Amino acid sequence: MRAAKHVAGLLGLMFASGQALAAYQMNLSPGVTTFSQGAYDIHTMVMWICVVIGAIVFGAMIYSIINHRKSKGAVAAEFHDNTTIEIIWTIIPFLILIAMAIPATKVLLAMEDTSNSDMSIKVTGYQWKWHYDYLDEEISFFSNITTPDAANLSTNASVKKDDEYLLDVDNKLVIPVNTKIRLLFTSNDVIHAWWLPAFGVKKDAIPGFINESWINVPEPGIYRGKCAELCGKNHGFMPIVVEAKSKEDYLAWVNSQKTAAAEAAASAEKTWTKADLMSHGEKVYATTCGACHQANGEGLPNVFPALKGSAIATGDIAKHIDTVVHGVSGTAMQAFGAQLNDADLAAVITYERNAWGNDTGDVVQPSNIKAAR
Amino acid sequence: MSAVIEEHHDHHDHKPTGIGRWLFSTNHKDIGTMYLWFSFIMFFVGGSMALIIRAELFQPGLQLVEPEFFNQMTTLHGLIMVFGVIMPGFVGLANWMVPMMIGAPDMALPRMNNWSFWLLPGAFGLLIASLIMSLMGLGSAPNFGWTFYAPLSTTYGPASTDYFIFSVHMMGISSIMGAINIIATIMNMRAPGMSYMKMPIFVWTWFITAYLLIAVMPVLAGVVTMMLMDRNFGTSFFNAAGGGDPVMFQHVFWFFGHPEVYIMILPAFGVVSQIVPTFARKKIFGYSSMVYATASIAFLSFIVWAHHMFTTGMPVAGELFFMYATMLIAIPTGVKVFNWVSTMWRGSMTFETPMLFAIGFIFLFTIGGFTGLMMCIAPADFQYHDTYFIVAHFHYVLATGAAFSIMAAVYFWIPKWTGNMYDEKLGKLHFWLTAIGGNILFFPMHFLGLAGMPRRIPDYSLQFAEFNAMATVGAFIFGFSQLIFLYNVIKTIRGGEKATDRVWEGADGLEWTLPSPAPFHSFTTPPTVK
Repeated sequence: MRAAKHVAGLLGLMFASGQALAAYQMNLSPGVTTFSQGAYDIHTMVMWICVVIGAIVFGAMIYSIINHRKSKGAVAAEFHDNTTIEIIWTIIPFLILIAMAIPATKVLLAMEDTSNSDMSIKVTGYQWKWHYDYLDEEISFFSNITTPDAANLSTNASVKKDDEYLLDVDNKLVIPVNTKIRLLFTSNDVIHAWWLPAFGVKKDAIPGFINESWINVPEPGIYRGKCAELCGKNHGFMPIVVEAKSKEDYLAWVNSQKTAAAEAAASAEKTWTKADLMSHGEKVYATTCGACHQANGEGLPNVFPALKGSAIATGDIAKHIDTVVHGVSGTAMQAFGAQLNDADLAAVITYERNAWGNDTGDVVQPSNIKAAR
Repeated sequence: MSAVIEEHHDHHDHKPTGIGRWLFSTNHKDIGTMYLWFSFIMFFVGGSMALIIRAELFQPGLQLVEPEFFNQMTTLHGLIMVFGVIMPGFVGLANWMVPMMIGAPDMALPRMNNWSFWLLPGAFGLLIASLIMSLMGLGSAPNFGWTFYAPLSTTYGPASTDYFIFSVHMMGISSIMGAINIIATIMNMRAPGMSYMKMPIFVWTWFITAYLLIAVMPVLAGVVTMMLMDRNFGTSFFNAAGGGDPVMFQHVFWFFGHPEVYIMILPAFGVVSQIVPTFARKKIFGYSSMVYATASIAFLSFIVWAHHMFTTGMPVAGELFFMYATMLIAIPTGVKVFNWVSTMWRGSMTFETPMLFAIGFIFLFTIGGFTGLMMCIAPADFQYHDTYFIVAHFHYVLATGAAFSIMAAVYFWIPKWTGNMYDEKLGKLHFWLTAIGGNILFFPMHFLGLAGMPRRIPDYSLQFAEFNAMATVGAFIFGFSQLIFLYNVIKTIRGGEKATDRVWEGADGLEWTLPSPAPFHSFTTPPTVK
């Protein structure tokens, strides 16, 4: 095993020379929760049963291949039936399967018991980001990949390939340790799957459905996962990051979130300068709009329309605001009114009307958005 | 090609000439040949897409294609390999071999046979047209994976999805007609004395496969029709916003999809059950248990579909049922493997290319079977589901399983088809490169999946770099060694050492009583089977 690892590592070094190499892993990780531990134990047990059966079957085959060959003068035997042995090799596998089914059932039943949870978080999949809603705290936010440029062929090379490449998000899901947290999953558009290997949780987020699972993380730390169900173009670019904090730190975080929310509400009331709107708008555009309409505003031909020089982005402001806030039904254009606050929307619309040579000179204020909602 | 074949044929064979021979053919051998060539061409088309996928995944970062195009590649690779390579490959083998193995002059419904085949180029023409339009910048080809889950394929599907739907309909009609033909042939045209329990195992496995096709292809047609309605006529079968149910899509799809995977593997069991006894010079061990095992697998295939859906949030009772039912499949599958090993045991074996591929099949398919058993355990499947672990699993059973068996079958029967022996050295070279390349390609995928790499992603984080690089190297070895196969097949058609009627020392069965090459019309008077 160790030799194989060594060889594999060497091969990897040869092929990936020049790339930063992270530690690779060959087996399932035991993870940190009782689920992931249970899944790991069952995985290990079944794998070893398979290895033993494989050794017996392949051993018999190899012995036969070596010894029962014509070139060694082997003469074919006549037998072609043996009821006793056929019954034996039907019953023994059946017994082995029962031995596997008992622990598997126990682990599964524990996993599906979401009763008596201490708090609930609703997880909503969007193309291509996650939304977390703390049902008991009135905290909710989107979680986007920090490097949206990674998702385009032309801009990917500009993204640094370090250990957090494709693994980091702007807003982590923060949870307290040693708390039974019920997770509710749904989706705003297509089916996604929220997968966190270290917790042993993978659940589909399905539009129109609410699935549930639970976690109870024993130790603080950063845990990473990914979307596991093909959900369109940027399926590979919607990571999950969970930060487990001690209960005190978690409470401090909750308070800071509430303060930040109050500040955001205040900023929606004030009047912004055009420069502020443009610089904030560029950030919002990069995380929210760029995945489809592209950083250069040119979209993807016949898939996602261009904004650069488009009739909407250079035409009537009210129509532009309506498109962004309410979306376009029957297309991939979502209703961003539900996802962004007034200040973000005002900034991004201002940005779209003035970037890439659109130069309409228009300024949209949060109050305009509020009026249009 | 045809000119060369013709001069070896019996002079009293009456056979049409020119393009009409192929377009209007009602001859099971010609139609079988067309199916096999179609499958072979599609193998290279789908294989090229796999190489694009693997080339992009060689290193972290995007180097070659946009994620949007990557998704089109994974989708079309899957669809082409399943519906364009494995299924037509086996239908081609059935067309050629079933009448000869049961002592019939031709298929029971020869005109329908012609139509079954000629629907396929149309179906795949449509599918590939969507890719050509995508390359011309006229919108995306299907990009939702070969499983085309709603609503990604309905509300969010590209315009070309309607091409895809029509294409699937045509493939389905083709498969259903092919299956009806095979059943009608086997039930009505067996030589006197050939009772069901005297049929060669290949005929048995195809007989059962044909019933599976008739049972589930209409289900596939139903699901794509509902998609068509949702997309174009305002229905909401799978649209939650209109009261529909996206999970119902998956139930209907996998009610087709699970029997479908056995449609792709049962004929492979049949091929291997013909080849192993021939080269072990010993009768197949446990003939009747082979037949019953095949039937059991076919039955179980209808009651395990939701094991593809453990993460969709089924009630726990459902998860337990589908877990237990799936575990049961290991029993008849195990019986088959044990029977093949027992057939080899104390035989007098030689290792010509067909036998190498058959043994390779048993080894590698069994590895795929083991990972299948691991994945049926629901709590562990939460970790394996939609990762490279499942990608490794189904490539072990389909690429080094089903595709290996088709290669084995071609080497096994091509002397009978062409009258010429293939080049044994090239055949062995092809086997070893394919087997080694295939394992370098697919084995590291197990590690990638367990380490947490999801499937269908165009780019990955750095901890997956080593094994992806390795898999890509394997992919190119695997892919390019198929050119040896192509060369060997063409070389055999064009000439080579003349094959005897029996071809193989241990050969047993009616097809080996015919001359090599088999005459255009065989068994005009039925042989008698004792």
